[in-house]
Amino acid sequence: MTTTLTVPLYRAAHARTGDKGNRSNISLIAWHPRLWDLLVEQVTEAVVERQFAHRHPSRVVRHLLPNLHAMNFVLDDVLDGGVNDALNLDSHGKALSFLLLDLSLEVPLELSDCLAGHGASKPM
Amino acid sequence: MNCEPLPTLHVGCAAGFSGDRTDAAAPVVEALIAAGGPAVLIFETLAERTLALAQLARRENPDAGYEPLLDELLRPVLARCLEGGVRIVSNFGAANPMGAARRIAALAAELGTRAPRIAVIEGDDLMGAAHRSLLADALGPQAQGLKIVSANAYLGAEAIADALLAGADIVVAGRVADPSLTVGPALAHFGWARDDWDRLARATMAGHLLECGAQVTGGYYADPGYKDVPGLANLGYPIAEIDADGHCVVTKPAGTGGRIDEHTVKEQLLYELHDPAAYLTPDVVADIGEAQVMQLGPDRVRLSGVRGHARPATLKVNVCHETGWLAEGEISYAGPRAEARARLAAEVLRERLKGLGPVRADLIGVSSVFADDAGDWSHAQADSGARDVRLRVALHHADRHQAERLAREVTALYTCGPAGGGGVRTALRRRLGTVSCTVPRDSAPGRYVFLL
Repeated sequence: MTTTLTVPLYRAAHARTGDKGNRSNISLIAWHPRLWDLLVEQVTEAVVERQFAHRHPSRVVRHLLPNLHAMNFVLDDVLDGGVNDALNLDSHGKALSFLLLDLSLEVPLELSDCLAGHGASKPM
Repeated sequence: MNCEPLPTLHVGCAAGFSGDRTDAAAPVVEALIAAGGPAVLIFETLAERTLALAQLARRENPDAGYEPLLDELLRPVLARCLEGGVRIVSNFGAANPMGAARRIAALAAELGTRAPRIAVIEGDDLMGAAHRSLLADALGPQAQGLKIVSANAYLGAEAIADALLAGADIVVAGRVADPSLTVGPALAHFGWARDDWDRLARATMAGHLLECGAQVTGGYYADPGYKDVPGLANLGYPIAEIDADGHCVVTKPAGTGGRIDEHTVKEQLLYELHDPAAYLTPDVVADIGEAQVMQLGPDRVRLSGVRGHARPATLKVNVCHETGWLAEGEISYAGPRAEARARLAAEVLRERLKGLGPVRADLIGVSSVFADDAGDWSHAQADSGARDVRLRVALHHADRHQAERLAREVTALYTCGPAGGGGVRTALRRRLGTVSCTVPRDSAPGRYVFLL
């Protein structure tokens, strides 16, 4: 029986990147309060560390803000040196929020009305 | 005790970085004047490296070193602000606040306005001989061999508040903490105790929401189909209505583009924050762990629940130093096997530039943003068969002539590289590094002086 959907994270939350030196912070904010618990369960420090593995974070810390249905990831040493030292084009890491949003999320069918957009979601 | 609450203070922000749109201020100023109460216009134009670039400009020309677009920012609104009683507070003084103040006085004369009272904030610049040993102690071993361009302490709100209380129409600062541009006017207007941590923290977060300009009104937010923003080409810049307890409502001028809702406010609230319970500024340690945002109406969102803790005993100092040169080059390949030819060109460049340091190669159109300097990401991907690929390479070198070799090698690909390579562009830029340290608060006191 179909009980969950696998959807891209961007259907459940939105995100923004900020930078200070070689440290990036990425906020993740639920589109709907009812999706918050799923984010807490599934978008863990370990999952985020894996998603950014090729950028070699020395530390990933997640801060929870339940009132805002938001969390803040702080990723150390993922900016190839940061805005002063990196050789990359996006030395601020502005685009990295969308690497986070490329994760997927398992969502119970009854919460599908809380999702944003109409991206492909496939019943499991 | 007077129990009449002081009127709400309106603070509008018309620039969030040096390089922001310069036509944002007029609608903000008109909205501030229409609101009728005490009002301040701020411009935040000083990112980490902006000050170092300003110092380099001042080396070339002693009258320069302040925000290069000062005239473009102020000319459209200076007369209206002075007529309408809207005070102006900004860090657009950069490396030469006194120079900026003189330029503003000249601009006011040129526009035929009354002569404004212009205050200049001093004390952030630690480049002078008087601070040499302070800086050396604060930097410790990392000072070794640094070619320092600028050293500035992040000052807080107090000198700004004092200048406003002394009657300044315009306050020109160099390095002050971005939220202090808002906290200063709030402190002056409401007369809060300077250890009223909760109120200072609330005003700090109001300032935090304002300090990046349009980032709270729909800029850096739009994502078609998910986060639609009307009128992105004509974004309204934000205004915070701050009450006597420091709580704020964020809004924007009527008739402008953009949107303010709980989602835009949450994104900006967390922007460049690390631990939400400890956002450090020179004025206070702000704590948004229990903060709440609530939509009150169209483009009106209230922030509440911010708490404050005692400010740090030290001030943060940013030191910018010369590190050498960044060389970049690009060349395009298109059509069948374009990606394979671009990858081959990258290999050729790596071989030709061997020994100069790491060469970063990006395949624009395939993988150029999420990838890493070491190329691990790109090497892990098979040729995707992309038919429109721009190779972009970059390297850093302390020596300008060595860095220039990258540009020559990319250009030489026209005749020596893979088939069909076209559209070479190269660039060479001076690089600045940043190191941070802290100094005791008392060793870098902020103060104001009036332009005479």
